[in-house]
Amino acid sequence: MDFLRPASWEEALAAKAAHPAAVPIAGGTDVMVEINFDLRRPDHLLDLGRVAELREWEVGERTVRLGASVPYTQIMAELRHDLPGLALASHTVASPQIRNRGSVGGNLGTASPAGDAHPALLAAGCEVEVESRARGSRRVPIDAFFTGVKRNALAPDELIRAVHIDRADGPQQFSKVGTRNAMVIAVCAFSLALHPESRTVRTGIGSAAPTPIRARAAEEFLNAALEEGGFWDTGEAVPPSIGARFAGLASGACNPIDDVRGSAAYRRHAIGVLARRTLTWCWESYRESERRAPCA
Amino acid sequence: MTGTVGVPTRITQGSGTKGGVGESTLRPDGTLKTTGEFAYASDLWHEDMLWGHTLRAPHAHALITRIDLTDALLQPGVYAVLAYADLPAAKRYGLELRDQPVLCDGRVRFHGEPVALVAADHPETARRAAAKIVVEYDVLPPVTDEAAATAPGAPLLHPDRDDDHAPHVPHPNIVRRQPVRRGDIEAGRARAAVIVRQDYEVGMQDQAFLGPESGLAVPADDGGVDLYVSTQWLHVDREQIAPVLGLPEDKVRLALSGVGGAFGGREDLSMQAHAALLALHTGKPVKMVYNRYESFFGHVHRHPARITYEHGATREGKLTHVAARIVLDGGAYASSTPAVVGNAASLGLGPYTCENVDIEAIGLYTNNPPCGAMRGFGAVQACFAYESQMDRVAAELHLDPVEFRQLNAMEQGSLMPTGQPVDSPAPVAELLRRVRSMPMPPERQWESAGEGADLRALPGGLSNTTHGEGVVRGVGYAVGIKNVGFSEGFDDYSTARVRLEVVGGEPVATVHTAMAEVGQGGVTVHAQIARTELGVAQVTIQPADTAVGSAGSTSASRQTYVTGGAVRHACQAVRAEVLEIGRRKFGSYHPAWATAELLLEGGKIVTDGGEALADLADVLEGDPVERELEWRHRPTQALDHERGQGNGHVQYSFAAHRAVVEVDTDLGLVKVVELACAQDVGKALNPLSVVGQIQGGTTQGLGLAVMEEIVLDPEAKVRNPSFTDYLIPTILDTPPLPVDVLELADSHAPYGLRGVGEASTLSSTPAVVAAVRQATGLALTRVPVRPEHLTGT
Repeated sequence: MDFLRPASWEEALAAKAAHPAAVPIAGGTDVMVEINFDLRRPDHLLDLGRVAELREWEVGERTVRLGASVPYTQIMAELRHDLPGLALASHTVASPQIRNRGSVGGNLGTASPAGDAHPALLAAGCEVEVESRARGSRRVPIDAFFTGVKRNALAPDELIRAVHIDRADGPQQFSKVGTRNAMVIAVCAFSLALHPESRTVRTGIGSAAPTPIRARAAEEFLNAALEEGGFWDTGEAVPPSIGARFAGLASGACNPIDDVRGSAAYRRHAIGVLARRTLTWCWESYRESERRAPCA
Repeated sequence: MTGTVGVPTRITQGSGTKGGVGESTLRPDGTLKTTGEFAYASDLWHEDMLWGHTLRAPHAHALITRIDLTDALLQPGVYAVLAYADLPAAKRYGLELRDQPVLCDGRVRFHGEPVALVAADHPETARRAAAKIVVEYDVLPPVTDEAAATAPGAPLLHPDRDDDHAPHVPHPNIVRRQPVRRGDIEAGRARAAVIVRQDYEVGMQDQAFLGPESGLAVPADDGGVDLYVSTQWLHVDREQIAPVLGLPEDKVRLALSGVGGAFGGREDLSMQAHAALLALHTGKPVKMVYNRYESFFGHVHRHPARITYEHGATREGKLTHVAARIVLDGGAYASSTPAVVGNAASLGLGPYTCENVDIEAIGLYTNNPPCGAMRGFGAVQACFAYESQMDRVAAELHLDPVEFRQLNAMEQGSLMPTGQPVDSPAPVAELLRRVRSMPMPPERQWESAGEGADLRALPGGLSNTTHGEGVVRGVGYAVGIKNVGFSEGFDDYSTARVRLEVVGGEPVATVHTAMAEVGQGGVTVHAQIARTELGVAQVTIQPADTAVGSAGSTSASRQTYVTGGAVRHACQAVRAEVLEIGRRKFGSYHPAWATAELLLEGGKIVTDGGEALADLADVLEGDPVERELEWRHRPTQALDHERGQGNGHVQYSFAAHRAVVEVDTDLGLVKVVELACAQDVGKALNPLSVVGQIQGGTTQGLGLAVMEEIVLDPEAKVRNPSFTDYLIPTILDTPPLPVDVLELADSHAPYGLRGVGEASTLSSTPAVVAAVRQATGLALTRVPVRPEHLTGT
C-alpha cells in the first residue's frame, strides 16, 4: 500500500487523477477501521492531512463554507448558531477523540446510510463542492449526492473540497437512536429544520433506508398544514393531530432493514417518535423566538 | 477523650506497619495503566521474531474435504504453515475435558475454529499467506439448540466420548447433567397458595476484555520453549501445552505478560499452543496478537441459557417449592461447561431457604461458539431467572418484593439444597435492608440544569432523543449467591515463596507466586499481606511464572482467599523461622524471648507489649530466610449424580442491588440512573480495590441487562464480532454506583475475608430488569432487554 502525501489541494487533485482508486484519508475514523478489519486494502491511501485549507471554514451571508476536514469538535464549538442541526449531530458522533479527527467530508465520502451528519445536512440544505483536475469544480446538491448504499455522486477522480450549508434561519433539531447513551452507530436518526424565511420545513432520515433520505411527503404535508393553519404568522402551538400525521408520514418514508442493530419495524416506529418530538421542540423554539422578536 | 494512661497497649502482628492489610494502598500498576505506559502482552517484542497468524473456518459445521498449504508456503517471507496433520504430539486440549483439537481435525464444529497457522516475517505477509491456503468444505447443517442436539438421529458433536460425565448424561450431546433434589416437590405444590411458572432466556455475553489475546513464544537452547502470555492460570496452560508440543513440563516455561482484563475469557488456551508450535517448528521467536475481530472468535463466552422456573408460596409468603430446568449452551467444545452446570444447579435456588427443591441443569454440545467461564459462572443465568420469579410471586401475593425476599432469605446455619450447611455469615436480609435504605436519587434530574433539559440525565443521553417525553422511572431489587473458589472436590491449592532479608540495613520481603494479575489487584494485596505478617515496609513482588508452584486460577473470586492465604502462610513460616533464629542467638539475654508473644515490626523483633528485643540485621546477619509452601482451603465434595447432595462449595458470597432507571417508554431506551449495591466481603483487605471490584461487576451486570449480546445468524455464525456492534457500557451509561460494604468475618478464611470479585455481577442484571419492568409493566423474560422488547416492534 502506497501512502500519497500531497502538500496542497492542487497536488491532491493530481494524485487523485493519477490514482483514481486511491482512498482519501483525513481523520481516518472510517478508513482505518475498514483497513484494520481487513474489509479494504486499497493500493493507495491519499492523505489529506497536509492540505490545510480543508480544515478552514467561512461564515458567509447565506451559507457556511465548511472545509471537508473541519473536525466535528470545531463544528460543535464554533458553528452552533449558524448550523445548529449539524452541531447537534456532531455531538452524537462517537467519542471526543474521534470527534477531534472525524469530519463531514469523511462522512460524505463514506456515504453510509448511518453517517451522523447526513440527516442534518439534508434538513438544513447544502451543496457539496467537489473537484477534479480534469474538469474543475462543481457543486452537487445534497439531494442528489447519495446514490446508493455507501455510494455517492463523486467521479473516481474527484475529491470533496467543502460543503456549502445554508445558515439556519429557524430552529433545527437532530435526534439519534442508539442502544447505548454514547459512542454508538445510529439505529436510526432524524433531523428537522424549520425555514421561516421560505415558510418550509426540511427533514433528514438516517439509517432507515439504503441511503440518507428526506421524508418528502411528510415535509409537503407539514408545509401545507402550517400554511393553511396560518401557524407561521400566529406562532400558535401545532395541534397534536398534525404532529401525529407528520410522524406517520416520516415513518412511511423509511425503507429499513432488519439487522443486528435493530429491526425494521423498530426503526419505522422510532422515526415516527423522533419526527413528532423534533417538531414539538422546533416549533416551541420558533414560538419563543417569535415572542421575543414581535413584528415591528 | 478518656482512656487509661500508662498501661502499655497490647499490639498484634502488623498493627504498627503502614500499608498493611485493611488499608487502601494504591496499585503498583495503576499509574502506568492510566498513562498508557504499562506493557501488555501485545507490546512484547523479540529481535528476529516472526508473526503468527491463524486461518479460521468460515462455517459453523463442515467437513474439510481438501486442504492445500502449497501456495501459502511458497509466499516469500513465510517460514511455516501448519495444519492438523503437522501436529507433532497430542492433538487435543481442553480445560476440563481434552475435547478441543489444537487445529481443526477435519470436522469444523464452530464458526471461527482454527484451521491452520502461518509464521512469517511480517504480520501482513502472514495474513496474505493464510489467504492462499486452499480449504474446501462440505458444509453441514449446524446443531444450534437443545431440540436439535437431542433429536433422534442428531449428529453427535463428539461421538467418541470417554470423559467422566459421559456415563451420566441422557444424550452424548449433553456435556453434563446435574440434578439437585431435596424434599418433595409434590408436597410443596399441595401447600402452595400461588404457583408461578415462567420461561426465561439469557443471551450470550462476552467478557469483552480490552487487551486482545497475545503472546510470544521463544524457542530455548535446551529444546524447550519460553512462553510470555496473558492468561489466568499459568500452570494449567502448561499442563495443556506440553503434551501438544511433545515436551516434558519442565521444558515449557511460562511467564505472565501484561494482561488487559480477563473475566474468565482467558481460562482456556487461545494462541499459547499455536505460537509455541510455530516457534519450535521454525526455531525462531513467534509473536501472535489477535485483532478485535479475531478476539471474538478466540475466546469462550458466557453460556446463553434457556431456563424454566416454577415457584410456589403460601399466602403468608413462605416458599413451598422451587423447580427449575436450566439449559446452558456450551457450544462446540466443553471448556468449563461441566463446572458451570454444577454451579447453576447448586446455586439455582438463590440465597433462600426452601424445603422442596428440584433443579436440573444441563450443558449442551452444539455448533454455537464455545462457552465457558465468565464472571458469575453459571450463577448469573440462574440469578436472572430466580430473581425475576421472586418478583412475580411477590406480585401474585400482593407482597412487597423486598420483604418477600427477606421472609425467605437464608442465614448462617441454613442448608443449601445440596444439603451443605452455610457455616459463615449469610446476611441476605440485611443486605436487602441496606440497599433499600440508601437515599433515592432525585426525580427528574434532567430538569435541575436550569435552561433546557440536561440530556445526560435522560435515556438516549446526548443523542437528544427525549427532553422528558415518555420517560417513566422504575425501581427494582435483586440479591444473589455465588460460590468462592473451585468446588466439587477439586484440589484447589496455591503456592507462595516468601523471602525475608536485610538489604542495605533495611528489611525487605520478596513474594513470588504464579498468580496471574489480570487487573484484580492481587499484587497490591500480596504486598499488604507481607507487610502485615513480616512487619516490613518494603516488599518486592516477583513476576509470576512457572518457576514457582501453581497458584491456581485467577477466577472464582478465589485469588485473595487462596493465593493470599498461601502468601500469609509462607510469611508466617518465615516469621516463625526468624523468631527461632532470634531465640537461638539472643534468647538468653532477655526473659521475654521465652515468655512473651513475639512479633516482627519495623525491622525488629518486638514483644506484644512493644518492647524491642533484636534488630533483624543482627538476627539474619546477611542470610535470607525463604519458604515456599502450598496452602489449601477446606476440602469440598463432589455432588452425587442423582440428587446433587454434598458439601460442594468452599464459601458463599452475597450481594444485593437496587436499580433506579428512567425508561423512554416510546422509544424503548433505558437510562440506569443509579445502581446501588450492598455486599458482605468478610474483611476488606484493600477497601478501595473491593469497591472497584463491586462496581466493575455491577457494570458488567448492567451490560447484560440492557445491551451486551453476541448475536448468531441461523447458520450459527457470529453477526457482531466488533465493538461497533457488541456494545458494552461507556462511562455515560454507567450511573453512580454507591456501595455499602459489610465486613462479617468468615472464621474459616484468611483474615475472615470473603471472595469479592463476582457476587455483584449476579444481582445487578435482575435488579435493572426489575426496574424496567416496574417502569413499563412488561414481563421482560429475556436479557439483554432491547428497545424492540420495550416497544413491541
